[in-house]
Amino acid sequence: MSEAMLEFRDVSFTYPGDNKPTIDKLSFSLNKGEFVCLIGPSGCGKSTIFRLVNKLLTPDSGHIYVNGMDINEQKSYCGYMPQSDLLFPWRSVAANVRLPLEIRGGMSDAKMNDKVNEALENVGLGGLGNKTPSELSGGMRQRAAFARTLMTGCDLLLLDEPFSALDYLTRLNMREWLSEQWEHENKTILFITHDVEEAVFLSGRVLAADNYPISRLTTVPIPAEYPRTRATLEEAHMVEIREQLIEKLRKEHS
Amino acid sequence: MKKGKASSYNLPAIILMLVLLMIWQAGAMKLDAAYILPSPLQIVQKLWDLREPLFKAHLPATMEVVGIGLAISVILGLGLAIVMDLNKNVEKALYPLIIASQTIPTTALAPLFVLWFGYGIWSKVLVTVLITFFPITITVFDGFKSVRTDMIELMQTFGADRRTIFIKLKMPAVLPYFFSAIKMAIPLSLIGAAIGEWLGAQSGLGYFSRRMMTQLDGAGVFAPILLLSIAAMVLVAVVGALEERFVHWRNE
Repeated sequence: MSEAMLEFRDVSFTYPGDNKPTIDKLSFSLNKGEFVCLIGPSGCGKSTIFRLVNKLLTPDSGHIYVNGMDINEQKSYCGYMPQSDLLFPWRSVAANVRLPLEIRGGMSDAKMNDKVNEALENVGLGGLGNKTPSELSGGMRQRAAFARTLMTGCDLLLLDEPFSALDYLTRLNMREWLSEQWEHENKTILFITHDVEEAVFLSGRVLAADNYPISRLTTVPIPAEYPRTRATLEEAHMVEIREQLIEKLRKEHS
Repeated sequence: MKKGKASSYNLPAIILMLVLLMIWQAGAMKLDAAYILPSPLQIVQKLWDLREPLFKAHLPATMEVVGIGLAISVILGLGLAIVMDLNKNVEKALYPLIIASQTIPTTALAPLFVLWFGYGIWSKVLVTVLITFFPITITVFDGFKSVRTDMIELMQTFGADRRTIFIKLKMPAVLPYFFSAIKMAIPLSLIGAAIGEWLGAQSGLGYFSRRMMTQLDGAGVFAPILLLSIAAMVLVAVVGALEERFVHWRNE
């Protein structure tokens, strides 16, 4: 078994004022280099898991390890990409992508700009660095946000429904694009979505949050080779997996 | 304007203003009592006749009060907004006091300021500051409150401390609010300065207007006031141009 990139050990969390926990003694782990989708109905606590990983929330009990180390002993261990791109309108696209480098510090201006230009090139936004975010389309903005996430230099990326605000066709393109990026970049990605099709398309395995409070995550492996295309989704066993997942989540939701 | 939009001249507004001025002109000519209601042309004529003292002595005196008063208000307003944003307890302590300070009728107290600070510049500066620091403080503070939590959290996940978040996120985010505040404060500061001068001064547009009043010179009362509003419009336009330059992202 390969090494764990992210590990939850008996993590519990209750929002102040709630009498029921949202996360109850949850344990799960992600291996290095995996692409895993975390799926579940809206409001089930998926985002809470993310907020626990990036320390915006602190667990009541239990431990979270990234790269084998307790997160309380580390800084800058995961890159977070929020649902809306959150590009700062007063910064150019390049300056937005540069933000994590500026915050981390210790890098010359020229070197930062080189890294940013390279990243923009890689996400297909080469030459657009001087534009303002408002001049980009929704899909381009998400790619800029992804480039910004990469600039954190972390091996673990948390993507929180990054395509949910995009129109359907852009979403189809973006998930193929993200899949390619993942193959190049050699990162571990945890991806939140409530779109079952998106989850099946992107991930090596799906973690389904099918109980509340979340005390376990049901693992569903997706046996398909990368790179995948839309045709992959139409194969009989993929359709079956998708239907099973939908059934499972619906039962829990009703 | 540099964007080449055709809307830089508001034709309906210009027409309406001309019509109103014409009605005023006709009414004043019919009444024929310039000491009560001077006509627009008489006012403009007066402004021209009095250009020497108005532009050389009284406008500079008023602008000095406005400049010093606004500078103090900006520093005070920004300072208060920042400390209230930094510390919840300071906010709880100060916010009600700042609101309450606005219920004090500054104009009614202004004669006292003259007693305290004399006929010099500082009694007028105080009136100006009291009238203008409030919109600046509250508008900038609202700007800080409007900074999106998810953007702050994103900065935190990048490892930003409070200082970095302040400099890289809050300061630029608050800039549009700051410009709005200044644009609101400029006319108020001119009014404040004029009130202060009206109550006791040796120079200034407010003082001059009052002197003309004692001489029953209607057009002479209006001329410095016309100058006051022109000054306000010019200043607001200058700030507007600066805003255009620095806040290209408004409404996003």
